[in-house]
Amino acid sequence: MGVTATPTRTGGTIVAEQVTPNWLTTRLDWLVNWGRANSLWPMPFGTACCAIEFMATAAARFDLARFGMERMSFSPRQADVLICAGRLPFKLAPVIRRIYDQMPQPKWVISMGACASSGGIFDNYAMVQGIDTVVPVDVYVPGCPPRPEGLLYGILMLQKKIRGETLADPSIREEHPLGPRALRMPPDKVDELSEPFGNSIHQTRSA
Amino acid sequence: MNPSASALRQQFGDAIVRAAESCGDTIVWVRPDRIVEILGWLKETPGQAYNYLTDITAVEYRDTEGPLEVCYELFSLTRRVPLRLKAILPTDRPLEIDSAVALWSGADWLEREVYDMFGITFRGHPDLRRILMWETYAEGYPLRKSFPLRGRFSRSEQVRQALGANPEAHYSLEELGIAQLYHEVPADMRERLARGERGRIAEPEAEQAAEEDADG
Repeated sequence: MGVTATPTRTGGTIVAEQVTPNWLTTRLDWLVNWGRANSLWPMPFGTACCAIEFMATAAARFDLARFGMERMSFSPRQADVLICAGRLPFKLAPVIRRIYDQMPQPKWVISMGACASSGGIFDNYAMVQGIDTVVPVDVYVPGCPPRPEGLLYGILMLQKKIRGETLADPSIREEHPLGPRALRMPPDKVDELSEPFGNSIHQTRSA
Repeated sequence: MNPSASALRQQFGDAIVRAAESCGDTIVWVRPDRIVEILGWLKETPGQAYNYLTDITAVEYRDTEGPLEVCYELFSLTRRVPLRLKAILPTDRPLEIDSAVALWSGADWLEREVYDMFGITFRGHPDLRRILMWETYAEGYPLRKSFPLRGRFSRSEQVRQALGANPEAHYSLEELGIAQLYHEVPADMRERLARGERGRIAEPEAEQAAEEDADG
């Protein structure tokens, strides 16, 4: 339906009152990012107490659905954002890597809590010292565990990040398969990221 | 003191090292050679009837020269009495003890866990594999006192080995519950299952060499 113009006796033009705007102009980036940011489907990867806070975030009081995320995707193939809620043991590293690889682009990762982000209090033989040594991470949410407000803030930050993306830069969506050393970054970088810090430096007494 | 302690001493003599009471629990230290015999006697003898095996675990003390202990937590469901047995394993010889799986099937995974964490071999165990760590885990036995808290390898090597592990390799077909259906599943699935049964860490040198060959 277009605009209907009716000629009048006075020579002017009356634009029909039933006009409804059925088109608009916008930037494609804005439109795509608007759609992506407001319909993030999370893949919950809950391994520990952070998952309880994540469930609280999804439940009625904090209501993740307000941000278009009410549909938890328990299959990585229909997921947009991987939320690692909890510590990641080495035994689960190949699992989260496979889940990440199975997710279609565009995809993002939120590292929820101290353990997922840095190993947290678990600076020991069994724990990955930050999931960013295994999968790329977009937003780190600190806390032990973070309150639902914290996770929501992280999600809002992710939405802000998505709104700033552009289709003109395909490198954002590039996949980086694991190299021959099965690492996504050079080994010395992994060692540097995994260095003990904070309270965990005192653990060397028994090491 | 639980009267089973003196009954054990009467029955097995010098196989029983000593007995003590701690926080209301009776602990009996025994020599490891006759452990299955002792456990079987405690299980089958009507007056004892320790028919429930709560847990098997082990402990290593700070004195690294001293022995390890394998602890058996027994409970009599009929008499409602607990008893703790500790088998003393000297460290100057291979850490080996007889398996209790023949007495309690539930001992299977408990002994696997002790093997995984302490490296104690259970003679006669039907399926002695690691249970918590993955099968290709090569750093040793984490709960031994000689094991460094962060493991023996560098973090990058740990991540590399972990990522190289096959996530499906930890489960035998029996554990997956499809052993009976094995011959009915499609051939490609059979092949995948057979491949996934044991993990294998890719050797970076070998793969790099293969890549260089391909490039050249």
